[in-house]
This record gives sequence, C-alpha cells and structure tokens, in this order.
Amino acid sequence: MSTLTAPRAAVTEAPPAPGLARLTEVELRKMTDTRSGRWLLALVAVTAVVMMPVMIFAAPPEERTFANMVSAAQLGGALLLPVVGILSVTSEWSQRTALTTFALVPNRHRVLVAKLLAGALLGTAFTVVSLGVAALGRAVAGLLGRTGGGWTIPPQVLAGTVFLAIVGVVSGLAFGALLTNAPLAITLSFVLPVVLTTLTETVRRLREPLGWIDVTRALAPLETTGVTAGEWARAATSLAVWVALPLAAGFYRLARREIT
Amino acid sequence: MIEVHGLGKRYGDVAAVQDVSFRCEPGTVTGFLGPNGAGKSTTLRMVCGLTPPTTGTTAVCGVPYRRIANPGRHVGVLLDASAMHPGRSGRETLALTARVLGVDTARADELLGRVGLPAKAAGRRVRGYSLGMRQRLGIAQALVGDPGVLILDEPANGLDPEGIFWMRTLLREFADRGGTVLLSSHLLREVEAVADRIVVIAGGRIAAQGDARELLAGTDGTRVRAADPAALGAALAAEGITGAPDTTGAFTVAADAAAVGRAAAAHGVALLELRPAADGGLEALFLSLTARDTALETAS
Repeated sequence: MSTLTAPRAAVTEAPPAPGLARLTEVELRKMTDTRSGRWLLALVAVTAVVMMPVMIFAAPPEERTFANMVSAAQLGGALLLPVVGILSVTSEWSQRTALTTFALVPNRHRVLVAKLLAGALLGTAFTVVSLGVAALGRAVAGLLGRTGGGWTIPPQVLAGTVFLAIVGVVSGLAFGALLTNAPLAITLSFVLPVVLTTLTETVRRLREPLGWIDVTRALAPLETTGVTAGEWARAATSLAVWVALPLAAGFYRLARREIT
Repeated sequence: MIEVHGLGKRYGDVAAVQDVSFRCEPGTVTGFLGPNGAGKSTTLRMVCGLTPPTTGTTAVCGVPYRRIANPGRHVGVLLDASAMHPGRSGRETLALTARVLGVDTARADELLGRVGLPAKAAGRRVRGYSLGMRQRLGIAQALVGDPGVLILDEPANGLDPEGIFWMRTLLREFADRGGTVLLSSHLLREVEAVADRIVVIAGGRIAAQGDARELLAGTDGTRVRAADPAALGAALAAEGITGAPDTTGAFTVAADAAAVGRAAAAHGVALLELRPAADGGLEALFLSLTARDTALETAS
C-alpha cells in the first residue's frame, strides 16, 4: 500500500501552504492595487495634508501643537480606514474573487487572519504618514510664526493613536466579515456610533450605561495621557462589542458558508 | 486523478445534485456535460471544497481538496472567468496568484504570452476585458502553479472559434502529458472534440457516462450512397446486407461501415458516401435533455 499512501502524504504536505507572512503581503497588496483602493488611500493622505493649514490658520494658537496636528492628520483615516477594511472583505463576495481566494487557500480563517494583519500594517503605516505630515505642518507653522506649541508627543498618546488607527481597519474587517455586504457594512459602521452618541447626549438616563458601548466616547481617552482604570474598562468593553463580537461571528460565518 | 462518490447537495427541499459518482484518470479529458442548471457548477464547487456537500465524498490527488497543503500547485481551478476583480490588471491578477502559490512571478508573465494575452492587454484592467479574454486569463491563473489536474467550468464560454480551437489543443496536450482534465460544458459539440470520457448530468443526476467514442458512436447502422444505386443494391444483396434505398438513392443498412465498404469494393461500386446512419444515442439523449430544459424554461 506504500505506493498508494506515498503520494497522498505528499500532496497534503508539499509544496507547503503559503505562510501567514506571504498571505499578509498578498492581502496588503490587494488592498492597495485596485483603483478604488488607491483612491481611498489617496483621500486619507490628502485629508491629512488639508488638515494642516486648517490647524495653522483656524485653530486657537495654543492648540497648534505637534500632538494636536497628529490628531488632526488622523481624521481622514479614522473615517475611511474602516471602509478599506470593509471593502477588503466584501469585495471578495461582490466581485466573486472569493472563488479564487478560497480555492487557493482552503483554510479560510488563515485568509481572514492575513487580512487582519494587513489591516494592522496599513493602520500603522497610515499613522507614520500622519506623523510626517504633522511634523511638516508644525515646522511650517513655526516658520510662519503661528505657533508656540510644543514638538512633543507623549508615548502613551502615540501608542493610542496607532492603536486607534488599527482598531479602525480591524473593525471595518469585522463588519465586512459579519455582513459581507459593503453598503450595509459601511452604513452601519457610520450610523450606529452616531446613533449611540446621539442617544447618550439626549437621553440623560442612558448616558452612564451606554458609556460602555458608545465606541466614540469610550475610545476617546486612549488618545490622551493618564487613562484611568474605568476608562480602560469602558474602552475594552466597547471594543468587545464593536470589534471582537462581529469578528468572531464573521470567522464563524466564513467557515460555514458556501462560496459561489 | 479526481474521484467523486455518491455526491449530493440539497438546498432546503431542492436536490441540486443527487448521487453523482465518476472518476477522472490521469491522461484523460473528461467532459462534464449537461444543460444549464443541471448541477455542473455545484458539483465542481463541491469537488473544490467551496460548497459543503450534503452527502458523498470527493477526492483530488487522492485526498479531499481542502486537505491539499497548497492546492494551486496540484490543481488548476477555473470556476467562473467573470469572477475577477475588474479594478485589477490581468498581470496583477496573475501575479497575486503566483505569490499565493509561491511560484516565480516571471512565470506569470510567461503564461500571459502563452494564453494569448499580449503585454498591452495584460497591463489593462480586467474591467475592459471581453469574456474570451477573461477565460484566457482564467486559464493562465489555473496553470500558474504547474498543476497535474485541471478543473474548468465552461471554459469555452465567450471564446471565438480560434480561441476554442486553442483551448482544445491546450487541454489535449495537457492530458497527453499525463494530466487530468475535467471540464464542463452545456454544448455537446464543444466537448466531443476533446473529451476521452463523457459524464452527462441532468436534473442533478448522472444521465450517462462512459468512453466518449462509444457514447458517440453510431448505433443505428450505416448510411451508404453510390452514383449507381441499383448496382450498390445488387452488391449489398450479394453480400447478404439488406436494405432499401431512400429517395436520394442512399441505403441505411444494419451493418458496419467496414462490411459495407468491402461489399462495394468486391463488386466494383464507386461510393459517394459512407458513414454512421445517425449520431449516437448520446446526441439524442442530450438533445432530449436540452429540449426538456428549454421547454421548462419557456413554460415558466
């Protein structure tokens, strides 16, 4: 029977399956090699640049610090990076490239993990770009004599900024994996946080309980120094509701669904 | 090698595929033939691990598809040529596949030439491709990993006659080198020119399968015609072959072409025509399946 079993062992082992690093590289490339993907990323970068003159000329002078400029440069990414994450998953279904993707990599969870890693890399790279743009903005503001603000950015704030950028892409991926429909995922990921924030601001009694799931409010402290234990708990809870839960459901759904 | 055993798929109350079993051996081209909606694509998706079957098992290279470590290196799959991202160029689409499979991207460029996509077309985005160009790109994608097995769903769709001839030659050569090919089609003519074996599916069930030549061979006798029907009739009668001429002077007889030819030669009768009386049972079977299918579509 060795002649029969030998080739079986071979195809299940060699050539080896693509490693996670390779798949992450491929997914990163897929996020950036289409025209729509490039437009989105260009828009994110342009927003960062456009925010600089806004900061230099419109913000109160004492707020024209490097740290605030970084925060301003992140604005476009905070809005659009979730969309990049959503499209990375949903385009597999809408363009039906899932047929090829999952025929080549039958371990579907590996593909989703690679997308998450690629999204994290993209979020980090975008923060690096923001830092560069903000440095330029702060330098120009200094040359124009329009700032006395500092050049420093506290490490916790920097870490929080990178973290939030990553959370943005990852939450997009989670929504995309759960809903697999771009219009629905994009709409919900924009509308739901706004609804929550509006509710907490208008209904006083909901303010305290919703503070645990209102992702906008719960994550805001992470971009500051001196995050309290309570703030950490609220941030973690809202992330569990907005990212971890949909992601887990997305993983579950992907493993079972038929790919057509 | 592809093995399908007792495969079935139900969607609620609808049985899309029922008890489908067949084998594809190395060195052969198997035509998977059936009217639209017969269950061909569902079966192929189940073979490729994309659709979970309700019953039955499938194996490619001896194991279930999803257990192959790097399936693209063993099995070239083209399930739908229109399922490509329109915003990516042909070259980029192929380069991505090459990266996933871990093969040299130079091979991707070489393949573009081989499938007849010149550099200029390869650099354009897939959005502007005709279906025929997408089929060529899809074939290139299936071949990137240098597989031993090809699974192609309606690969001739959208190809022009030259493209169909090219595809046949490519698949024939692939099988002659020891490869296994499974291709589906809803057109008998497309399949009969290249397939060694034919599996006919209709309404989710296997309607017929076997050696292509046997399935296509005439079973209704031989049609023979000569310039002089009277002389031919005499020659046939003398050899014990019975039959009466029709209005054109042609005879349809219950003997094979060799016996009829020998009879004519022995009596010095010059023949104008000598061929199977009708196409085989497969043609009739397939036409009836397609006709029923069309009738149902028209009715609904």
